[in-house]
Amino acid sequence: MYPCSFHYHRATSLEEASSLISELGPEAKLLAGGQSLIPLMKLRFANPAHLVDLNFIPATSYIKQEGDTLRFGPLTRHAEIEHSDIAAKIPIVHDCATGIADVQVRNRGTMAGSLAEADPSGDWAPALLTLDTMVHCLGPKGRREVALADFIQDAYTTMLEHDELISEISVRVPPANSGGAYLAFKRCAPVYASAAVAVQLTLDDGDCGDARIYLAAVGLTPIRAVEAEAVLRGKSINPETIAAAAEAARAAADPQPDMRGSAEFKRQLVFALSKRAIGLAARRARGERMEASHIYA
Amino acid sequence: MPEPQQVRIKLKVNGKPCELAVEPRMLLVEMIREALDLTGTHVGCDTTYCGACTVLLNGLPVKSCTVLAVQADQGEVLTVEGLAANGELHPIQKAFIDQHGLQCGYCTPGMQLAAYHLLAHNPHPSERDIRKAIAGNTCRCTGYQNIFRAIESAAELMGR
Repeated sequence: MYPCSFHYHRATSLEEASSLISELGPEAKLLAGGQSLIPLMKLRFANPAHLVDLNFIPATSYIKQEGDTLRFGPLTRHAEIEHSDIAAKIPIVHDCATGIADVQVRNRGTMAGSLAEADPSGDWAPALLTLDTMVHCLGPKGRREVALADFIQDAYTTMLEHDELISEISVRVPPANSGGAYLAFKRCAPVYASAAVAVQLTLDDGDCGDARIYLAAVGLTPIRAVEAEAVLRGKSINPETIAAAAEAARAAADPQPDMRGSAEFKRQLVFALSKRAIGLAARRARGERMEASHIYA
Repeated sequence: MPEPQQVRIKLKVNGKPCELAVEPRMLLVEMIREALDLTGTHVGCDTTYCGACTVLLNGLPVKSCTVLAVQADQGEVLTVEGLAANGELHPIQKAFIDQHGLQCGYCTPGMQLAAYHLLAHNPHPSERDIRKAIAGNTCRCTGYQNIFRAIESAAELMGR
């Protein structure tokens, strides 16, 4: 299978990429990691007349710390994040990077591409939504910064204008008394998760302060489990409060039955993943070092 | 129909410099198999799932059905044909034979390149490391156990 014919353009800077795509119009698309776009083009679900390749733009693949903020470049690959000591300062970011698809896909796919695609089953959006994440956009009209929660508008729909691209993603490092975890359940490595849960908690004197819980692959966009957060806030994290929060998360899920499982199965996954992720997040918030990643069937 | 665009690319494949003109929609795996006649790299699912088409691009395993040939411009590609040196099979290849790490052999080139990358960076992998390294490579015959043994055995051979 190969894609329909298209015209190939190789951008040498982000500004050039943005002006190229602006000139070429709606039939043009940006090529970052290509791990979703190329399969879609091969299946002829996407038939862009022009591709603007971002992969040859220098200095776009970085992970930097500036004060309490981590900055990810527009072409930073999942694998670079997986192996980065800087990114590991936010364990939920490491959890997410290390479990996305498989080695081959992680070597190509990018964090920015994942956010710009806004696939309902994408891993990065739910994990980064539990943190203070800003998406930096660049277009012919200039630059703007958008909070990730505002950036994602619907399934496969973001605030990006056609001629805008993501120039950077910045994430604030949570305080030391905060801990997070991202757990996704999938049938095998190369597929999207059947359900996933992202949790970030802050502990104040042993009790839960701020809590953010997002569910993924069980709705058109990542779902904020507001009730589950409310169950935890101000309480001690113990088996009873964890179970009550997980129950609230189950109720917040809105899954569709598909080849990854029935709606009931996915709700049960949300319950089980929430219990584990809240427990892990709390232990990490207490300073324990724990490994976590995607869970295979 | 207008003439399709042709892009000139220069790269190294198994250490050998290559220069060719490709249509932008040509996939890396097609360039390897059709233009360069290196048919050791297989097309399995053609949907970024099975990993039969795994090659190293600039030292990293990628699914060559999901990379455009134009994206390998200025790069280095390693395929299964580049593993053996001076007429001698690579220790990974020897271990796959000794441990019966293959049956039909369709997934083998991709498995070996995934293993090659693992062992280049992690000479003493745990079982979990091995499982993670080949999680993107599907084998429909073996049940994987002999593939693990082959990679463990290759690690030993290479450590000697």
